[in-house]
Amino acid sequence: MRFVSFFVDGKTRIAPESLAPHNHLFTASSFYNLPDFDQPLINEDFSYNPTLQAELSGKLLLLDELSLSLDEIQEHYNHGFIRYSKGIETKQGYDKCSRCGNSENRLFASFSCYRCKEPQCTYCRNCIMMGRISQCTPLVSWCGPELEWRDSNSELVWEGILSPEQLKASDTLVEKIGMKDKLLIWAVCGSGKTEVLFQGIEKALKDGQRVCIATPRTDVVLELLPRFRRIFPGITLSCLYGGSMDKLEGAQLILSTTHQLFRYREAFDLIIVDEVDAFPFSYDKTLAFAVQQAKKEEALIVYLSATPDRNMKQQAEDGKLPFVKIPKRYHGFPLPVPRFVWCGHWKKGLKRNKLPRYVMNWISRQMERNRQSFLFVPSVRMLDQIVPILKEVNAKIEGVHAEDPDRKVKVMRFRHGATPILVTTTILERGVTIPFTDVAVLGAEEEIFSESALVQISGRAGRSKDDPAGEVLFFHYGKTKAMVQAKRHIEQMNREAGL
Amino acid sequence: MNYCVYCHEAFFEPVSWQFIAGLSESLSFCEECSSSFEAINGECCRMCGRSFRLFPEQYRQKQCCTDCVRWEEHEEWSGVLTKNRSLYVYNDFLRKVISTLKYRGDAELVQGLKTPFCKLYKKEFRGKMIVPVPLSEERHYERGFNQARLMAELLGGEIVSPLERVIHEKKQSKKSRKERLNIQENIFQASKEAGKVKGKSILLIDDVYTTGATIRQAAKVLREAGALEVSSMTVGR
Ligand SMILES: [Zn+2]
Ligand SMILES: [Zn+2]
Ligand SMILES: [Zn+2]
Ligand SMILES: [Zn+2]
Repeated sequence: MRFVSFFVDGKTRIAPESLAPHNHLFTASSFYNLPDFDQPLINEDFSYNPTLQAELSGKLLLLDELSLSLDEIQEHYNHGFIRYSKGIETKQGYDKCSRCGNSENRLFASFSCYRCKEPQCTYCRNCIMMGRISQCTPLVSWCGPELEWRDSNSELVWEGILSPEQLKASDTLVEKIGMKDKLLIWAVCGSGKTEVLFQGIEKALKDGQRVCIATPRTDVVLELLPRFRRIFPGITLSCLYGGSMDKLEGAQLILSTTHQLFRYREAFDLIIVDEVDAFPFSYDKTLAFAVQQAKKEEALIVYLSATPDRNMKQQAEDGKLPFVKIPKRYHGFPLPVPRFVWCGHWKKGLKRNKLPRYVMNWISRQMERNRQSFLFVPSVRMLDQIVPILKEVNAKIEGVHAEDPDRKVKVMRFRHGATPILVTTTILERGVTIPFTDVAVLGAEEEIFSESALVQISGRAGRSKDDPAGEVLFFHYGKTKAMVQAKRHIEQMNREAGL
Repeated sequence: MNYCVYCHEAFFEPVSWQFIAGLSESLSFCEECSSSFEAINGECCRMCGRSFRLFPEQYRQKQCCTDCVRWEEHEEWSGVLTKNRSLYVYNDFLRKVISTLKYRGDAELVQGLKTPFCKLYKKEFRGKMIVPVPLSEERHYERGFNQARLMAELLGGEIVSPLERVIHEKKQSKKSRKERLNIQENIFQASKEAGKVKGKSILLIDDVYTTGATIRQAAKVLREAGALEVSSMTVGR
């Protein structure tokens, strides 16, 4: 949009064109082309709007994301309570998005903009799903007093018992609360990593800290939400994911998908990053940026991972990254080791709507034994081809993928045992826990199935002490390094756990 | 290596002799996205360009669909629009692409349509005066651009703006057919530039032809301003 700039008492001030003071003459320009301007000093006598404080404190937002009128927002600027800053910065000829940190040339584009009237208004394509940021889009942040949660009751209501290994990790975390530090909690799938966080989070909340748990997948956020509501009934809790409705502005504990962190700035004293190795299968550069921006300068960052990448492992071993390892599954059973089944040129068969014989045999065996199973496939396109074939075997078999509008319902039906086999792309392989399940991967040789992905997928089987014998099959057309390493990785973890 | 303009996946172009000889342009969509578009070729309604493949024979009369027959029977609308042609069937995938363009504001997506859109223009409408269907002032400001204009700009010719949108965009599809045929008040009016259309053959550009009501209302204003005839071209049908 267009802004004007003008002098007040020797200082340069700005205002949206529509709110320009009447007694001046200006030429309006794109926000991007404004001359340098001064931030008004905070006026202690101004009574700020607490709604704006709750919405904006610790964040960096678009004007459209605020519920107040432009007039009221501008009033807060005039009294020094908010700051306007550029959405797109250009340094040495390179554009950078201030929200998501993107600086890759191919992820910027421009258009002739009706808002600022510039023939080339450059915008960021990387974070466009959160509302477009272009050169003429100002970002807004809060400079007023910070939020406080003094009156809330942060008591933990939980009666579970931690294993000795979990307890060690939990104590390490509790010790670090309040320090400016990092901690890697390296937990084998199913070792109960969530419980390990409870005591530490309680301590942070009691100290009045703002806490965030960020995880790459919406499913995991949705699974954690009722759990945290139950164990911390007295605190303000907000749940953020693409399209989430029950947002509570200014909450003390935030469960969020990693992407939603782009909206936060210097907000958290404790930030727990779940599955750091996971998006999509390696940690996206801009997401690392999001975590760095969202935490306060003095914050503690906790990384949770079952399969830390080489870099992180190296740092841990060199003593640069404090870590604590939870090797054993809490029920003390080994992780199922994947079996490889060669199934020929399955893609060719799929073109004629046929699945390999081995896969079909496995499907019917699962039905006979009444075993629920996940079948992982490499892409949504293949999912759409495979599901109709399997529905002919049993109409209750379903497919689900990340953008499926019925995803929640389908996962729920699977959880309740109504769906015998759930065909899925890689979205559900982490965090969602359903006991008595077997797992198969069709096309395990595909690039999308990295070592880490395959280890995680294998970890989905037999996740209950009543069912330690989950089965894992990799149907493939040529063994890959990732497959072999995944198998070795699992065997190694079982050895370390003394199993 | 290219990156898909829609899904951002990296992909390699299939190597063909046209590619090696520099005859084919570099692709904007990856193989998966490309194959999700359903090009309209083969038999279609002579009037509105709807693919005949997609609807049963009882909804056709000779070479027109019954929708078009009804428009032509109505005295107010008969002959207002010469014909419409569209690139792709308005399937789920195209719906997603167009909504990312319009509602998310990802203007760059339109570049992926350039080659086929220009080809359709040259084949069916070469030489006509190009007029994008306008947005209301309010919607235009909110979006920052008019997607129909971006599409018109792909064609490389001069663009004329003889129309203004005076009534805000509502979901046309929510109105009943009767409401659509008995339009009381036109959503468009002539602008300052309307004089330019006198005696000219006009091509309206829009993103989607859904019911045909929007395009016919625009065409009617142009005819009243003296246009010789009005056709239209859209991405989706
Ligand atoms: Zn961005
Ligand atoms: Zn602009
Ligand atoms: Zn694509
Ligand atoms: Zn028709």
